[in-house]
Amino acid sequence: MQEQDQDVIREVLVESHENLSRLDQELVELEKHPKDAALLASIFRTIHTIKGSCGFLAFSTLEGITHQAETLLSQLRDGQRELTPSLISLILETVDATRKVLASIEASGEEGPERFEDLTERLRVAAQWTASPESQPGPRVQAGPLAEHPNDNGSSEFSEGKNPEEGAAKSSAVADANIRVGVGLLDKLMDLVGELVLTRNQILQFNTEREDAALNATSQRLNLITTELQEGVMKTRMQPIGMVWNKLPRVVRDMAVALGKQIRLEMDGSDTELDRTIIEAIKDPLVHLVRNSCDHGIEPPEVRARTGKPPQGRLTLRAYHEGGQVNIEIGDDGAGIDVAQVKQKAVEKGLLRPEQAEKLSDREALNLIFQPGFSTAQTVTNVSGRGVGMDVVKSHIEKIGGVVDVFSRPGEGATVKLKIPLTLAIIPGLVITSGGERFVIPQVSLLELIRLEGDSSEKHIEHVHGTPVYRRRGSLLPIAYLNQVLGLKSAERAEAVSMVVLQAEDRQFGLVVDGINDTQEIVVKPLGKQLKGITVYAGATIMGDGRVALILDVLGIGQRSGVLAESREQARAAAELKTQSGIEQQRLLLFRAGSFERLAVPLSLVARLEEFPRNSIEHAGGYQVVQYRNRILPLVPLRSVLESGAPDQDQTPDPVQVVVFNDGERSVGVVVDQILDVAEEAVAVRQKSSRIGLLGSGVVGKRVTDFLDLNQVIHAATESWFGGAGGSASGKRILVAEASAFSRGLIRGSLDMAGYRVLEAANLDEAIRGLEQQRVDVVVAALDLPPSGSSALLAAMRRRPEWQAIPVLALADSAETVQASAIRTAGFQDCQAKFDREAMLGSVSRLASALASAEIAPACAGEER
Amino acid sequence: MATDTAVLKSELAQTSGQFSTFFVGDLFFGVDVLRVQEVLRFQQMTRVPQAPQVIEGLINLRGQIVTAIDMRRRLRLPARAGDQTPMNMVVRTEDGAVSLLVDEIGDVLDVDAATYERPPENIDPAARELIRGVYKLKDRLLLVLDAERTVDLAIGREA
Repeated sequence: MQEQDQDVIREVLVESHENLSRLDQELVELEKHPKDAALLASIFRTIHTIKGSCGFLAFSTLEGITHQAETLLSQLRDGQRELTPSLISLILETVDATRKVLASIEASGEEGPERFEDLTERLRVAAQWTASPESQPGPRVQAGPLAEHPNDNGSSEFSEGKNPEEGAAKSSAVADANIRVGVGLLDKLMDLVGELVLTRNQILQFNTEREDAALNATSQRLNLITTELQEGVMKTRMQPIGMVWNKLPRVVRDMAVALGKQIRLEMDGSDTELDRTIIEAIKDPLVHLVRNSCDHGIEPPEVRARTGKPPQGRLTLRAYHEGGQVNIEIGDDGAGIDVAQVKQKAVEKGLLRPEQAEKLSDREALNLIFQPGFSTAQTVTNVSGRGVGMDVVKSHIEKIGGVVDVFSRPGEGATVKLKIPLTLAIIPGLVITSGGERFVIPQVSLLELIRLEGDSSEKHIEHVHGTPVYRRRGSLLPIAYLNQVLGLKSAERAEAVSMVVLQAEDRQFGLVVDGINDTQEIVVKPLGKQLKGITVYAGATIMGDGRVALILDVLGIGQRSGVLAESREQARAAAELKTQSGIEQQRLLLFRAGSFERLAVPLSLVARLEEFPRNSIEHAGGYQVVQYRNRILPLVPLRSVLESGAPDQDQTPDPVQVVVFNDGERSVGVVVDQILDVAEEAVAVRQKSSRIGLLGSGVVGKRVTDFLDLNQVIHAATESWFGGAGGSASGKRILVAEASAFSRGLIRGSLDMAGYRVLEAANLDEAIRGLEQQRVDVVVAALDLPPSGSSALLAAMRRRPEWQAIPVLALADSAETVQASAIRTAGFQDCQAKFDREAMLGSVSRLASALASAEIAPACAGEER
Repeated sequence: MATDTAVLKSELAQTSGQFSTFFVGDLFFGVDVLRVQEVLRFQQMTRVPQAPQVIEGLINLRGQIVTAIDMRRRLRLPARAGDQTPMNMVVRTEDGAVSLLVDEIGDVLDVDAATYERPPENIDPAARELIRGVYKLKDRLLLVLDAERTVDLAIGREA
């Protein structure tokens, strides 16, 4: 009997907990739709059920509280009174009290010492306030019969309810088809299935070594059943993430009320399923992140109004599957994270020295919030600052193999992104060998397998400035060699090259391995902490022969080998940075010539794009020319410049595609095979080129693109046409001091074309060295020249008598900075925007000729000229 | 699991009792016997490219993947002779089981707490980091290995 009682109590507890979490949601919902009768009825029923069960089990405190709440709710349901926020709060308080008592019952079997008299009294007063005397007996009458069958509440309740719903009948039917299973049992099953999968793999391996039909048939059967069993058990452990999200509306509501903010919670993808161990593990971090967004992210309504945002803040939760992982984003449209404040805080807390803080990029600074003991909240409110920091969130997520990232747009909000593995247990993987070792690549990252046979294999892999690439269906795929990445011995020169094409984030790359074996279901086992720091492994597994094999982390491999040097986040951060400062956001003309599939020049250098019929090309002075706008336009066949000796005529299409470049008096047409596109991109030239005609290569539109060195191309082809470098500029030597290789190349290109001789320097030291080695006529220096700006260079130059007379042109990032008077008075002879080519050339020409006539302008030139 | 950790924590506190002993070079070490999960002959290892030097590889211990740490390299001793295969001493740590590769396994010894002393100052720094104390046995010294510190590769890296 005693035991039966215990069973009944346990049932009631489980059921009440479910009811209560639904109640939380419904009440928050009710606040939005106070007139929703169905919702009210449902809430009433829930409370009523709990009350009934408690009465039956003689939990008097609980019964007292729920009874009063029920009275109140019945008045609301019957439309006798209006719902007010204070009533909602009171009911929510009841829910909390109920939960507390239930917890105590769960722990000790008793209701606990707390009587909640105050709450009961307030509920009673609230209920009496407008209650008509006859409304109270109602619920009591209802409670009577119900108390006799507390365990079959669903149906019995509905038969009496005033407005029965179909949904309820359905839910009881569902309840019949379900049984509750302890989580411990499921975990045990999962472990056993994991072992079974390993054993199965071993048997399959064993089977391949023998010729036994019976064994073969049996092991095939075993294989099938194991797979099915594994899938089934995995499914039992999957739960929608909504399970965790359910309690968030309540959290947000409470936070909003406590902080005097208005917050709307939007949830997207709550049916995304995750393994329950993972659901369990992300529960607390999620709540913390949501609290954080409410507290620190979303501003109070009056602040929002001032910044032109709607007074109601928005908090977005998104969950979605991507590449075998689940992404969860917690975003708000609040103030974002103040990087300066983060840095300052880090310095105050002694996490960083001030000079370290200065050097940090915004992205690195944002990651400081994951340091232990870090909180940017100016005041510790009662809702945040409970000792759980972002560091705990991070460590929780990382413990389950996830990644946390934070993005912030100042003034627009912040987003925290969690990337979480779908399951920790069993995944399909491809077994490969390299350097005599076996490795496993998770199938989710695998796109295709490529085998390059025989002699052609060497030809298929080409090198773009030292980086091996493979042409895959017309686009270039960067390649890494696993042996090199892992520092393994290279295999003997093989007949064929085996390559796996992998996807990491949104990039693809090829990984050359020694051999490709087969695919297998593998049980992922974590590596010990001694190996955690090695990013190229995601874990380890046990193979069919009982030996351990390492599981490769595709992203880690890509990053280590350099083919993913810029991960998506970095690229994004860089793009943000560049939009802010306005540099190097270039419009590029993309085209094709010969074997160069993708070439680019800045669109600003292009005068026109023209098409000429092939028969209009004439020859003059050994050059191909066309008549163009009453002048003779020399043509430079790009293909023959880049690939010396390549035939240029026969393969050029008709009409001929020509890019016309103007340089002062001169015009030159460059013949290309095909114009591809115009792209606007933040560009960083990754690798300088030693090849004639190319500046280097970079990534444009996610593809490797070679940048044309226009100056070289045109000069190489037309030197004698124009009779060498032209004009007054010839012979003048210009020192270009600029950190970015790309910008330097552009500036150099412009100056070269104008006939100057150019020295390059990437920083202060190089600039000084350049000045020491050669006579320089004009110095062109970027304002942000490392390490401490071009003023340092200017100061250094003015200290040396022999350099005092050399004029210095400062280059600012944008036109706005040019306006800043500080620059003009700082001692520079002139200042121009970095990419205003004409203005820069004009200025250099003025300064150079001023020097020639020995009448250098004093400090603030520019203006009067 | 939680109780395991609790047991481990309480074990950590004790410095007297029984010790499983082993040799690395000419050093004689002991680990609290309760910490030792098992002792195995040399197992087939899977190398871990790019791993710290001291990690010899991974072994499959009945379905559990265990990292093997070469004690000679951990203590900065010269490498074992080519024909000498090490033994696996699998110890339980807060981070799970870890195998220590040692030269030879000794007896389980009862020691007298009165003979305990702090490690001498002039001991090699690479070793001192990992030694909790010394028992002066009759014929030799028993060095008490701090297993937690031994498996924490961050310790003694710069020394």
